[in-house]
Amino acid sequence: MIAFLVRRTLVLALSLLAASLVVFLVLQVLPGDPAALILGVNARPDTLAALHRELGLDRPDWLRYLAWLRDLATGSLGRSYTYDVPVANLIAERLPVSLPLAAIAVLLATTLAIPVGVAAAARRGGAGDLALMAGSQIGMAIPDFWLGLLLILFFALRLAWLPASGFPGWAAGAWPGLRALLLPAIALALPQAAILARVTRSAVLETLQADYVRTARAKGLTRAAALWRHAVPNAMIPVVTIIGLQFSFLIAGTVIIENVFTLPGLGRLVFQAIEQRDLIVVQDLVVLLAGCVIAVNFLVDLVYAGLDPRLGRL
Amino acid sequence: MVRLFALALFAALLPGLAAADPAKDTLSLGMVLEPPVLDPTANAAAAISEIVYANVFEGLVRIDSAGRVQPALAQSWTISPDGLTYTFHLRHDVTFSDGTKFDCAIVQFSYGRAAAPDSINPQKQFFLPITSTTCPDPYTAVVTMKEPRSNFLFDMGWADAVMVAPNSEPTNKTHPIGTGPFLFQRWLRGDRVELVRNPHYWGRPAKLKSVTFRFIADPSAATDALLAGDLDAFPLFPAPEAVARFKSDPRFHVAIGTTEGKTILALNNTRKPFTDLRVRRALAYAIDRKALIEGAMSGYGTPIGSHYVPIDPGYIDLTGLYPYDPAKARTLLAAAGVKPGTTLTLTLPPPPYARRGGEIIAAMLQQVGLNVKLIPIEWAQWLDQVFKRSDFDMTIVAHVEPRDLDIYARPHYYFEYHSAAYDKLYAEYASARGDAEKLTLVKALQRKLAEDEPNVFLFALPKIGVWNAKLHGLWADDPLPVNDVTDVYWAP
Repeated sequence: MIAFLVRRTLVLALSLLAASLVVFLVLQVLPGDPAALILGVNARPDTLAALHRELGLDRPDWLRYLAWLRDLATGSLGRSYTYDVPVANLIAERLPVSLPLAAIAVLLATTLAIPVGVAAAARRGGAGDLALMAGSQIGMAIPDFWLGLLLILFFALRLAWLPASGFPGWAAGAWPGLRALLLPAIALALPQAAILARVTRSAVLETLQADYVRTARAKGLTRAAALWRHAVPNAMIPVVTIIGLQFSFLIAGTVIIENVFTLPGLGRLVFQAIEQRDLIVVQDLVVLLAGCVIAVNFLVDLVYAGLDPRLGRL
Repeated sequence: MVRLFALALFAALLPGLAAADPAKDTLSLGMVLEPPVLDPTANAAAAISEIVYANVFEGLVRIDSAGRVQPALAQSWTISPDGLTYTFHLRHDVTFSDGTKFDCAIVQFSYGRAAAPDSINPQKQFFLPITSTTCPDPYTAVVTMKEPRSNFLFDMGWADAVMVAPNSEPTNKTHPIGTGPFLFQRWLRGDRVELVRNPHYWGRPAKLKSVTFRFIADPSAATDALLAGDLDAFPLFPAPEAVARFKSDPRFHVAIGTTEGKTILALNNTRKPFTDLRVRRALAYAIDRKALIEGAMSGYGTPIGSHYVPIDPGYIDLTGLYPYDPAKARTLLAAAGVKPGTTLTLTLPPPPYARRGGEIIAAMLQQVGLNVKLIPIEWAQWLDQVFKRSDFDMTIVAHVEPRDLDIYARPHYYFEYHSAAYDKLYAEYASARGDAEKLTLVKALQRKLAEDEPNVFLFALPKIGVWNAKLHGLWADDPLPVNDVTDVYWAP
């Protein structure tokens, strides 16, 4: 187990280093000068040069890469060109929006999808099953940003139950914060739940055919007991795989959803940073998100080991 | 039990249903873009002045809602007959919100910093003609110029020329300290900036207790936030197509005004076929400005015939010079030897006026036999490729800087217009003394540009303001990109 952990950590570090180099090189090719965006169309050439010096943009590429690696290693992550504050602060301000949003969305998606998927599998071909199949088809087809707009129209404008956009900050209290995150979380969760419910259903259907379930039934277990004690746990591996994969989609989804709901999260930060050519912020965020995806894959592997002890011995 | 719980939940979800507070004294105002920093003297983003101008930071003079120069931290001034010396008489009772006293040393510091070699002031050129700022006494500032500048006082009214104190200057980007009627409270990055009333303000105190500027980039989200009551006002509303909805709703007031944004079809004057005056005029004849405004801006916007907008002094209407006449355009193109089917590129930055306008203009130019290839790009790319390297045929862009006739007199500017006659005229205008002479010259400049038509002048960007019908005191026009909320109040 320890060798496994060490190996995985090394792979993680090397992946991050590779990601940092790729991101840095790609962004060098991107046309556009952050100083030109900061100073606008009336700026004189000497003013631009002064700002280049101030931002350290007059140094050669390799020097800037090394300086950035040092900033990554020390955890300061460098200084944002546009905001002129340490990037670590910017990210720390945004995490309390994006993390709860992603967590609520995953939680909603799984608590909705797994019971529904299992129930549909248990009554295969029944009216409930058909309804689920049709519903999930629609859920998968609806883009999350459009669903977000529909939710705003109905719950914020028609019923006025929830705010249409914005985030008051957790300082305003847990409930106002949760209220602001509820609609975007639903918009993110429903399409994911649709996929997850289908995967759960087909995985459970498969294990229901398995010999050990028949044996369990033959031993005299009720249908429900056989389902929950034998079929469902064994069906969880593909489900966990999908949840892990969905996490990457969620990160991509937050970029759009945070713009629809004007939430000050990481997604909006990366979007604005690209527009403003705040390259240092883009670099940091891409590496951070790549790190998140790698970490989630790692977690998924650990969960596999928990679900199926045979895998832990590898 | 379940019922009860559901009821409790609903009650918690519902916003306060109590009768509206009769004495509302807070304001929640929407903006499309978030400012990157809050120091207007270190960054050109209009979003900065849209928050801090007049509210937090003040200059020696200020620009009012009609675009006139008014006293601010200088209560009066005199200009020497040769136009080279400005003597400002400063207010005695002004302090910055951190307690720093405002006097002539602050003026010296602010102007000196803007003109310094390492200055990153986006309008550094305003300060370069200053040879010295001296202080005969703490409340008199004498500014001496190398050469007369007819726009100097107006320029000093821009947000780039506000007064900053040496001790707060390093932190103004994130925590602005000014002399204005509002204090910076906090900045929730990505979402809002909050200001509160300054209890120690030197002038008439603000009527509002607090103001929240919220950043909503998406046009439909902006509409929804107004309709849901999350916002009280959106002074530069980004969705002209949604305006009809607000006009028919008695809860809202819609104010259609003008900005300084001169929307132009900029041409690369060094590239064929735009080197030929007949071609540039042909393009002007080929574009139906009314139809363009209707299609791209839902009908909001004023046609212009030169690089000047109707709210500025000395404006003349030159839109009649090249009326919509496709037949004449075809004749001119033929005379210039441009064959039907010639392909030109049209580079489009992100704003809707450019993207939507570009498609309409492409169709109009098709009518006169030109093939137009549309190239949508981002701002950063536009600044690099079009603005810095002049690598383009045509582009659509709005120049939002007020009274910027100087860009046609610069040795290098992306559309590369060069005319000795214009340069001479501009030099006379820049150093003109006396308003009558200045007005005559500004008219001549407009006429010269319309005759040479280096760019096709399209329309002035509208200022579409949508706000609560009970709200008063917001500006209808935008002579500067600002949201001056110092006189805003709620009707009972």
